[in-house]
Amino acid sequence: MRIADLLEETYTAVSTNKARSALTILGIVIGIASVIAMTAIGQGAQASIESSITSAGANLLYVSPGQQRGVGVSVSSGRGSAQTLTQDDATAIQSSISQVKAVEPEVSQRYQITVKGGNTNTNVIGTTDAYPDVRNTQIAEGVFISSADLQNYNRVAVLGPTTVTDLFGEGSDPLGQKIRINNMEFTVIGITVAKGGSGFQNPDDAVYVPLTTAQRYLSGNKYVSSIAVEAVDSESMTAVQQQITDLLLQRHNISDPTLADFSVINQADIVATASSVTGTFTILLASIAGISLLVGGVGIMNMMLTNVTERTREIGLRKAIGAEEGDISMQFLLESVMLTFFGGAFGVILGWILAWGVQHFGFASTKVTLETVLLAFGVSAAIGIVFGYYPARRASKMNPIVALRFE
Amino acid sequence: MIKLENITKDYSNAGETVKVLKGITFTIKDGEFVAIMGPSGSGKSTLMHILGALDTPTGGKYFLDEHDVSSYSQKDLAHIRKDKIGFVFQAFNLLPRATVLRNVALPLIYARVPKEERDKRAREALLSTGLSEDRFEHLSNQLSGGQMQRVAIARALVTNPSLILADEPTGNLDTQTGELVLETFKKLNAKGHTIILITHERDVAEHAQRIIHIRDGLVVKEEVGKN
Repeated sequence: MRIADLLEETYTAVSTNKARSALTILGIVIGIASVIAMTAIGQGAQASIESSITSAGANLLYVSPGQQRGVGVSVSSGRGSAQTLTQDDATAIQSSISQVKAVEPEVSQRYQITVKGGNTNTNVIGTTDAYPDVRNTQIAEGVFISSADLQNYNRVAVLGPTTVTDLFGEGSDPLGQKIRINNMEFTVIGITVAKGGSGFQNPDDAVYVPLTTAQRYLSGNKYVSSIAVEAVDSESMTAVQQQITDLLLQRHNISDPTLADFSVINQADIVATASSVTGTFTILLASIAGISLLVGGVGIMNMMLTNVTERTREIGLRKAIGAEEGDISMQFLLESVMLTFFGGAFGVILGWILAWGVQHFGFASTKVTLETVLLAFGVSAAIGIVFGYYPARRASKMNPIVALRFE
Repeated sequence: MIKLENITKDYSNAGETVKVLKGITFTIKDGEFVAIMGPSGSGKSTLMHILGALDTPTGGKYFLDEHDVSSYSQKDLAHIRKDKIGFVFQAFNLLPRATVLRNVALPLIYARVPKEERDKRAREALLSTGLSEDRFEHLSNQLSGGQMQRVAIARALVTNPSLILADEPTGNLDTQTGELVLETFKKLNAKGHTIILITHERDVAEHAQRIIHIRDGLVVKEEVGKN
C-alpha cells in the first residue's frame, strides 16, 4: 500500500465518525494542554527568578565572613557572624586582581528609622559610590552617595522607594528632609528606582548611607559585612573566585583553605541552585499533567479496540481482496497516531492559550518554549503508537474467514 | 485453470477431529462458468475458502494457474488473493460510508495502482456490470440490494482476476433482482471470465454451464447446466 493511499484511507476512517474521534482525542488535548501550560508556568518561574538574581548585577561574586573560630576551640557561631572582612580587603581585591571590574564593600544591619510622624524598621546599608554600577541600581531622584560623602563621613541617606512610602506616605517628596537612624540625623539626598524583590532581600526597602559614616556612627568598627566583586566577564568568574580566595587567605594568614574565615560565592552558583529548584518544580507539575496524558492514551486504546471490533467485516474484506497483515496493522496504527497527533496539535494551541491567560491575568509569569511544543508533539505521536499497537495487532491477526462471517 | 486433487480438510474441535472435505477432485478450465451446489453442512463453504485462498487444505493439491496454492504461507495466500481472485459475498461487504467508485477501486490500492488508473479501471468495471454512471459518486449504503451486488461484482472484477468466486450472491436478493445479478455473471462469462458460483439453490445453479454437486465432503454428481 502506498503512503498517500494509506493516509487517505486513515483520514477517511478518522473523519467518518467525527463526534467519536473528537471525544476520543479530548483526553489527549487536555493532557497535552496541561503539560504545555504546567511547564510554561515552571519555566516562567525559572526565568523570572534567574532574571531577578541577575538584576542584582551581572558577573557578581559575594565575599562574606565565615565562621568565627577560637584558637583550639571548635565553637561555631554560624557562618557570616564573624567580623573578618575589612575595607582594606576590598581595596586589596580591587588593586591586585586584574579581572576585577569593581568592588563594593558594605555593612548592613537593621535599625529603627524615624521621621516626624512616621517610623519603620529596615535594612541600613553602608556602602560606597560603586554600589549603583555593581548592583545595577538607578537613581530616580536626587543623587547617590559620592566619594566626597565617604571622605567627609557625611550623614546623608539614599532611600529605597518602599522605605519612602513607609516613612513619608504615598506621593511625598522626601529630598532634603531629615530622618533619624539609631537616633542620629541623616539628610535624604536621593531615591532609587524600584527593582522588585530578588528573592533574598528587597532592594527597594533599604536605606543607603556612606560606608565610612556607617562604620563610625552605626557599627562602631572597621569591619564590613560583605564585599560584592564584579568580574570583567562571565568567563573570568571562576578564576576571579580562586584569586580572591588565595588573596584573602594570604591576607588573613591562613594556610589551610578549610579553615578560611570567609567564603566566596559565585552568582552563577546561586542561579544554578535556584534553577535546579525551579527545574524540580517544573518536572513535578509536568508529571502531574503527564498522568492525564496517560489517561488520554488509554482512551485512545479503548476507542481503537471498539473500532477494530466494529470493523471486523471490513478487515475481513480487506484481507480477502489481498491486504497483508502489515497493511492492516499500519492502517490501524496510523489511525491512532493521527488521532493523537490531532489531539497534540489542539492541545498545544489550548496549552498556549492557557499559559497566555495565566500570565495575562497575573497569576504567574509563563514561558512556552519550542522544545516543549516539539516534545508535546513527539509524546502524543508516541502515545498513538504505544496505545494503538495492541488494537492494530489484533486487527492484523484476524482470520479473514471468521472476520467475514462476523455479525 | 483450476485443478483440485484429492483435497481434504479436517477441523479439530475439543479433541475431536471432524473431516469436512474427504477427497475432492475436479478441474475447471479457463472461461468456464461452474456452480458448486450442496445443502448446508455439505462442506461447500470450506471448499470455497480453499478455492479462494483464504485457507489451505489438510491434504491434497490445489493448482491455480500452475501455482501450488495448497502449500502457501499466509503472506503468499494474500498475494494470490490480490492478483488472481475476485470475491462476491452474499452480504455484499461494501464499505458503507465510502462512494461506489472508492469501493470498487479498493483492491487496486493494495495492488499499488496509481490513483488516476484506479479511477479509470473502477469506472470500466462498473460499466461492464451495467450500473448506471450517475450512481458512481453515491455512497454505497444509499443503493438498493441489486445495485450493491453489482458494485461488489465490479470490485471483484477490477483486478482482472483469473477467477471470480461468488458465494451465494443472490442470497440476500429477491428473485427478480437475483436474476439480474445472474445475468450480469453470464455476460462477464461471455467476455471470458472464469466464474465459480457457490449456492444451495437449484434455480441459481442452473444458470451455470456445469454443476458440481457436493454432499458430506465428496463430489457426488456432475451435470450440465442450462446455460
